[in-house]
Amino acid sequence: MQGNNNSDKPKYNFKRITSHPGFKSLGAAFMAVFLGLVVGFAIMLIASPGNAISGFRFVLLGGLRRLGDVLYFATPILMTGLAVGFAFKMGLFNIGASGQYTMGMFFALYVAFMWDLPGSTHWMVAILAGFLGGMVWGFIPGIFKALLNVNEVITSIMFNYIGMYLVDMWIQNNSIMYNSSMTRTRYIDAGVQIPALGVAGSNVNFGIVMAVLIAIILYIVLEKTTFGYELKATGHNKHAAEYAGMQGKRNIILTMVIAGGMAGLGGAFAILAPSAIAGSSMTYEPINIIAANGFTGIAVALLGNAHPLGTILSATFISYIQRGGTLTSLVGFKPEIIDIVVAVIIYFSAFAMIMNSAIGRFIKARLGKEEDKPLLEIGEEPVEEAEPQNEQETEKEAE
Amino acid sequence: MDVVYYLIQNMLPVGIPLLLVALGGMFSERSGVINIALEGIMLFGAFFGALFVLNVQDSSMGAQTILLLGMLVAGISGLIYSLLLSFASINMKANQVIVGTALNMLIPAVILLFSKMFFNSDGITTSKSFYIREIPVLGQIPLLGEMFFQRTYLTVIIGFIILAIAVVLLYKTRFGLRLRACGEHPHAADSVGINVYKMRYAGVSLSGILAGIGGFFYAVGVMDGNVSGHTGVAGFGFLALAVMIFGQWKPIRIMFAAMFFAFLRTLAYSVSLIPFLFDLGIDQTYYKILPYLATMVVLALTSKNSRAPKAEGIPYDKSQR
Repeated sequence: MQGNNNSDKPKYNFKRITSHPGFKSLGAAFMAVFLGLVVGFAIMLIASPGNAISGFRFVLLGGLRRLGDVLYFATPILMTGLAVGFAFKMGLFNIGASGQYTMGMFFALYVAFMWDLPGSTHWMVAILAGFLGGMVWGFIPGIFKALLNVNEVITSIMFNYIGMYLVDMWIQNNSIMYNSSMTRTRYIDAGVQIPALGVAGSNVNFGIVMAVLIAIILYIVLEKTTFGYELKATGHNKHAAEYAGMQGKRNIILTMVIAGGMAGLGGAFAILAPSAIAGSSMTYEPINIIAANGFTGIAVALLGNAHPLGTILSATFISYIQRGGTLTSLVGFKPEIIDIVVAVIIYFSAFAMIMNSAIGRFIKARLGKEEDKPLLEIGEEPVEEAEPQNEQETEKEAE
Repeated sequence: MDVVYYLIQNMLPVGIPLLLVALGGMFSERSGVINIALEGIMLFGAFFGALFVLNVQDSSMGAQTILLLGMLVAGISGLIYSLLLSFASINMKANQVIVGTALNMLIPAVILLFSKMFFNSDGITTSKSFYIREIPVLGQIPLLGEMFFQRTYLTVIIGFIILAIAVVLLYKTRFGLRLRACGEHPHAADSVGINVYKMRYAGVSLSGILAGIGGFFYAVGVMDGNVSGHTGVAGFGFLALAVMIFGQWKPIRIMFAAMFFAFLRTLAYSVSLIPFLFDLGIDQTYYKILPYLATMVVLALTSKNSRAPKAEGIPYDKSQR
């Protein structure tokens, strides 16, 4: 993908790095991304062989032309990614980020249209309302899981649909919010929009700054607080955590509420974003379709290994290839190609760790024979690590 | 009385896909693999079934023959797609929920990409009608004939035949016993010489076939022979999972659960035809929410003492004791 700097690092340094769990998950992520891109390219070859190479170049490099937009579109999926990842740390699979996102978006819209607040407090209150909306929609699966033992996957899927239908109905029945001739919500006042960061030709706004700050706060909560410790302990072994006196039920509900709040913030950031065209704003079209950003959040979280800081990277990356994907329509492809790549990335990231450790053992067994040859091809740069591994992987899969 | 006939006639084509897909989920989970990819497999089967119909609809073949052949195509495609889940969750010991989610996300994108590029639309639109006005002889039976054998689809009869086969397969054959053992206690099953990996492959593959067929039947009976990448199968794969849990992983109970949900959904979509409900003036959206809300209520009531297969969701590792 990029130019490698094949510097010969001392051996101790290499060992210290590779034995770190963060390195392993980073390697796994790169592996999944690489395989996802390979499959994406293969599908482009099947769909339209002549344009596949130029199309694929757009996927890889197209995002460079619009770095502002990359950050702008990364904002909501970073938040939904945090929503999924945070719950995942506790062993809960929050597939309901879509519903929480939609609910947060509606709460933010409601404050934006129906409340009259002075100056810059308006958008802040609207964002807080979005946070609240998401929390409400995360609270429900939490309660169902903690008190009634209903699988959170089913609950959150059902509440994706319920939330979507409710929000669409509420919007359509409210003539202040809904412009029935455009079948969309009306434009929000400029005063309620989040201030832009001032990148020319892009809607990138203060939301991304807040999103990154929130990710860092979540990291601190997970690593430095008792609650974060309990949460991770419950994720590792529920029964052991219970035995050690942790309040499993309370933690489940709290985790889902926080996760829901994250997704709700994502919805608020998305709908309150400023528009580059004066006098307009973001709008929502109630057409009974579940918000895609929620599902992209699952990909973001898994790719980022559910680590808040990793999620920042993976959200940026997925937004980057999505921007490139929209450009592929110039050569006859459709942006859906990126959804395919993302789905394949999730598929492989589910077992990339296992794959990598198997390959690692394989390489070690090989290199163990030639005693004093240092591990040259595995440098510090994980990008180049993923590639040689992959060739062996395809052999393995063929077996 | 006409309303009752109408509701039952419309409930059955909706209930059958739910029934088949839930039975598929049952086979998979009874073997120990959570199949959350049912939604994706349904859409995959529906897409290839409809693609087949599109290619042969102008030939001289009869509508019902096309339906049967389309069912075959859908079943095989479902089987192939489910192998991706089997490979990841059985051989690679991956997290089954994550893999299932990935498979669910993959298919709508693929369908949209190819449909937009080759048909210039969001999916496949066929023009063949599979509707049956009245089945000869059976349709003449008083009362029952009008309920079950008039204004219907062949899918309804096939669905009940498959249900009967599923019951026999699960409870009366050696295969069924072994399958259930692998979902409850795979190590015990292994110790008496059952190949757990093979049985799990069989379970997931059965679910692939049934979900593929269910998806095609959804396209035939609910969508009038069309498939769209946007709306997909409208959450039926997920509803089927809920139906399966409500049915406590038992075929006959699953049938009743499926019909219960199908009834609610039919009711929701025919409110305007029922004067009593229409006069209440409740927003239609609430009726649309009803099946999902009912799912939650039912799950809340049944999940406390759930009889889920004990080993479901846990990858089988021979070396662990």
